Amino acid sequence: MIEATSPAAQSRPASRPALEQGRLTWGGLALTAYAVGIYLFLYLPIAILALFSFTRDQFGVRWTGFTLDWYVRLLANERLMGATVNTLYVALVSTFVATVLGTLLAMAMERYRFRGRTTVDTLIYLPIVIPEIVMAVALLAFSALAFDLIRLLTGETLRRSLTTVIIGHIAFSISFVVVVVRTSLKNFDRRLEEAAADLGANSWNVFWRVTFPLILPGVIGGALLAFTLSLDDFIISLFLSGPGTSLLPVEVYNKVRRAVTPEINAISTLMLVLSITLVVLSQSVQRKQ
Amino acid sequence: MALNTLERERQRRERRTLAALLAPGLLWLTLFLALPLMIILAYSFMTNGPRGNIVWQFTLGNYIDLFTRSIYVNAYLRSIWISILTTLICLLLGYPLALFIVRQPPRWRTALLFLVLIPFWTNFLVRIYAWQILLANNGLINGALSSLGLPPLTLLNTEGATLLGLVYGELPFMVLPIYAALDRFDFTLMEAAADLGASKRRAFWRVMLPMTMPGVAAGSVLVFIPTIGQFVVSELLGGAKVDYLGNLIQRLFLRSNPPNWPLGSAMAMAMMLALLVLILVYFRATTEENR
Repeated sequence: MIEATSPAAQSRPASRPALEQGRLTWGGLALTAYAVGIYLFLYLPIAILALFSFTRDQFGVRWTGFTLDWYVRLLANERLMGATVNTLYVALVSTFVATVLGTLLAMAMERYRFRGRTTVDTLIYLPIVIPEIVMAVALLAFSALAFDLIRLLTGETLRRSLTTVIIGHIAFSISFVVVVVRTSLKNFDRRLEEAAADLGANSWNVFWRVTFPLILPGVIGGALLAFTLSLDDFIISLFLSGPGTSLLPVEVYNKVRRAVTPEINAISTLMLVLSITLVVLSQSVQRKQ
Repeated sequence: MALNTLERERQRRERRTLAALLAPGLLWLTLFLALPLMIILAYSFMTNGPRGNIVWQFTLGNYIDLFTRSIYVNAYLRSIWISILTTLICLLLGYPLALFIVRQPPRWRTALLFLVLIPFWTNFLVRIYAWQILLANNGLINGALSSLGLPPLTLLNTEGATLLGLVYGELPFMVLPIYAALDRFDFTLMEAAADLGASKRRAFWRVMLPMTMPGVAAGSVLVFIPTIGQFVVSELLGGAKVDYLGNLIQRLFLRSNPPNWPLGSAMAMAMMLALLVLILVYFRATTEENR
């Protein structure tokens, strides 16, 4: 997806004459109809979900009139509100750490050649290519072992908490930040840094005055992606959160396993709106680049 | 001589900078990614104690169970099968869509691509849940059927619903890389093939598809990976009637009493093995293309 939206891909000259001049053929028409069908397939379920967050029907599966009751109830539901606060807290902290670590790693990978670089590269891509559940159970096993060890050494008993979730979220977010920041470093004209150095700037100043402002859209793009991934993450959150600490996607999962309720429709709609806002933001940031 | 010291000084500074850039992220990934994976690799050869504790005693029993006991073998094969099916359906649905987008004028193209991108950023759980409203026994589709005087259908809690949910969830991951490949494809080659007497169909199979193969391979890997590990879709839409690897792993780690982490770890490793095979195939597909 990163490739697809890179500036290079978008600024390609349109040189597909015969195909693009809107010749109306039966084949073209069928393809358009097909595409409309697929977009409906992608969006209809979400649209209906949003619609049914306003229905009076107590089962939330049919339309029996408009109401905002479910949203009002949501605000009064302390458990869900608590989970929302937890989720935002985890997302903010993990995004901050992952963005810093990921940007540094991206600089190292893009600018330097060193021994073991391929191994580091593999490590970076690992969270993207292994199923999330594998990472989740690995982190669960690790935390249990680490807690045992800590109890043995210090006598202190630790439990899974928001901290363990944050650690897990950072571990997978770093990779995505690295990928996004690396693309913006690739498009970077290094002569700008050389010019700054020639004019007497030290490397610290070169970084903060030249490099960082230029890669900032990539860094923000990476941070927004990390933030979204953390907000939406369900699997690692499920395995790493303790009994007392609830996160929004886990709460939704526990409720949804039982039945459809209009309250869940409402919270889901809010989550959809938030995600869509974030993707619009990230796209406009990356377009500026 | 002075120059030499200067050069050495510069090199030392470079090395220090590199270490400072590399160390924090690398440390994090080693400690919280590589090490945990090593631990479950080790656990997969350990014995499960009576209270679900790990007994540090080497055994191949978990793997033997996994590949001989029918409930596990079935789950393994079922996971691989549904992942292949999902990948193929996503490919069949996604390729024409990517082609459609690429053939639009540039300003439309961005918007259409953006519409594919949105689901990628939206909560997977919520998107799967949305189908419950449509498929439930008292849901929208059955409501429509009964108002037409037709008998209701059992749609939810079927394996068909699981497949539908997986395709729905993963389709964007297939479209985006194929779009990227088609965007780089030079469509005048199709005209060249036509001028040389190739039919449209032949030009597609011989020119367009081979040249966009890296996108197809990347999309397939991106769809296959989350599908083989899934447990949410088969639970929410499939009604947890049959077990996939993901369901078993989740149960063995979180729900069973006593839990069985060694067996769960072995399953996670077996899943990685299936993926490794796939990724090797992927590399073969893409490197052949670069030749």
